[in-house]
Amino acid sequence: MSHKSTYEPKTGFEKWMDERLPIIRLGYDSFVDFPSPKNLNYFWTFGGILAIFLVIQIVTGVILAMHYTPHADLAFNSVEHIRRDVNWGRLIQAAHANGASFFFLAVYIHIFRGLYYGSYKAPREVLWILGVVIFLLMMATAFMGYVLPWGQMSFWAATVITNFFSAIPLVGEGLMVFLRGAFAVDNATLNRFFSLHYLLPFMIAGVVGLHIWALHVPGNNNPTGVEVKTKADTVPFHPYLTMKDLFAIVVFMIPFAWFVFFAPDILGHPDNYIPADPQVTPPHIVPEWYFLPFYAILRAIDFNIGPIDSKLGGVIAMFGSIAIWFVVPWLDRSKVRSGAFRPMFKWFYWIWVVNFIGLTYLGAQPAEGVYVILSKTATFYYFAYFLIILPFLPRIETTLPLPASISESVLAKHKTEAAE
Amino acid sequence: MKKLNSLIGAALIAASGLVSGGAYAAGGGDFKAPEPTLIDWTFGGVFGTYDKAQLQRGFQVFQEICSSCHSAELFSFRMLSKEGGPEYSEEQVKALAASYTIQDPEHIDGERSGVPADAWPSPFETKQDAIDANGGVYPPDFSVLAKARNVPQKFPNWIGNYFTAYQEGGADYIYNLLTGYNEPPEGVDVGAGTYWNDHFHGTGGTLAMAQPLYDEMVDYEGQAPETVEQYSKDIAAFMMWLAEPDMTSRKALGFNVLMFLFLFAGLMYMVKRKLWSNVDH
Repeated sequence: MSHKSTYEPKTGFEKWMDERLPIIRLGYDSFVDFPSPKNLNYFWTFGGILAIFLVIQIVTGVILAMHYTPHADLAFNSVEHIRRDVNWGRLIQAAHANGASFFFLAVYIHIFRGLYYGSYKAPREVLWILGVVIFLLMMATAFMGYVLPWGQMSFWAATVITNFFSAIPLVGEGLMVFLRGAFAVDNATLNRFFSLHYLLPFMIAGVVGLHIWALHVPGNNNPTGVEVKTKADTVPFHPYLTMKDLFAIVVFMIPFAWFVFFAPDILGHPDNYIPADPQVTPPHIVPEWYFLPFYAILRAIDFNIGPIDSKLGGVIAMFGSIAIWFVVPWLDRSKVRSGAFRPMFKWFYWIWVVNFIGLTYLGAQPAEGVYVILSKTATFYYFAYFLIILPFLPRIETTLPLPASISESVLAKHKTEAAE
Repeated sequence: MKKLNSLIGAALIAASGLVSGGAYAAGGGDFKAPEPTLIDWTFGGVFGTYDKAQLQRGFQVFQEICSSCHSAELFSFRMLSKEGGPEYSEEQVKALAASYTIQDPEHIDGERSGVPADAWPSPFETKQDAIDANGGVYPPDFSVLAKARNVPQKFPNWIGNYFTAYQEGGADYIYNLLTGYNEPPEGVDVGAGTYWNDHFHGTGGTLAMAQPLYDEMVDYEGQAPETVEQYSKDIAAFMMWLAEPDMTSRKALGFNVLMFLFLFAGLMYMVKRKLWSNVDH
């Protein structure tokens, strides 16, 4: 990749292969000798954690698909069949369902790390954009996966989400029917969601390949935000970061295993153990926890804006809340990359994180009373962070002096530690 | 600069107070449902297992009372002899299954006596029959009903659930519902064919099922008291088992997996420390 290849084929086979398809060279340069900043903290292990979770989801998912029946009359009981009669099925199903939650937990930490340390800034804009594409694909995959057990929440989530598209002027109604494959959510919807739920993870895997490629050209960002200057700033990826990542992965598996074995249903909604019934609407339709912030933003727009009615406005705000991530590299005007050297930015950043968690909470509450006002305030701050704070804060902010290099910052850190 | 920081800090604290304060604002209505009783189930917690005798009593209540209206599509006779469940002997299950007549269109007479692999016969042929025979309301299927219900818990009490492996909310709900039949509160008009229950939907309300259990309704063989409370506990435990028949083995395996992960994490930490000890980082 961008650094000079140090791979030397040793065996006859390696030499033969290297002249035809240098795939061993690619692997060696990417995952063995790849020079990585030596000051990466544990927030940088979430890329590896996410890769493992993608594998877990695909492997468990492929096995589940062998036993699952995508038919409106049979789907609900076929999931129970997996839990009751398939060898290890209960664990595979629980790992898949809870794996989605942990996948999202890890991806949020991964994204928020990028936002704090300015990992989206030049020359990593494409890397960041590919990450946002992965996140959107993950959302689509997770949503369609949630529909497959065909419980009450599955059915009504499918109804509510496909209904969003009817808000689009002129083509909306037709688009909604096209997506559902019928005038209402039904067997046709379930079938296509199953098909797409199987397809999208492989598209995610493809974009992850591009994401890693785009990472390996400029190399890793790091907590100081100062680019790697010399070899002394780096360690080879293997064994230093492979072993560190593996440690982090095992630690992350502990809460994951706790949920899989001891609380497999706690992240779901009890209503999803009621078979789908088009005639009975649940009192509260709540999405999975990882969609709640965006659901809160959707519901916060309950007023018309000129020709845009509240329904379309809500849908625009919801999709816009993620679409805005695409342009973050250009919205943030700060010359200093890492938030660690931006004293004012830090505050606004952490308020944004708390605000995001607040939106998660608000998304689960009924849209009434104080919750509506709070949702609107939180939605306003969500967008203000990107549209006002990131572009204009650098004009008034005095940043802290940057270290000359990663090695120097490490030395300085040790000095203060020794003095204390 | 410092001033601005402390200002933002104060705003942050105020905002977080607002959010947590809002959590108590929900609710309403004149009737205030009593706090649900949470039972100390044998199957709760990390090492919880089902009480064999309780499941057998619960099965008896199901067989004699509940199953005359409620179906349990995913319940098959063979489950009764499975490890971690009521653990009847295979002979007992065979004899029990044989005492039931199973509708089987493949069979020469259209019906035959049951075998352990058969599903529990439903009390009504179709869903519509069940609705017609029960005042226009479908008696829900028991298969996973215990997981489709929950007791209401206020913030922040439910946060503890993530750390205690609490998953007995459904069993607790069933217990409270079965013991929650009461006189309707003043001003509430109970329609014909409906009955007031303090715990219905967690808020109190009317439902189409009349109180199904009364003292001394089912004859227990052992020493267990023949009361509504005991019957309710036993059927709730049975329904939890029906919804989650392999909970015991799942938890036992989970304990081993967690022990392994802790050990593995410890070893990996030492590997990482040793490896990085020669890097100034």
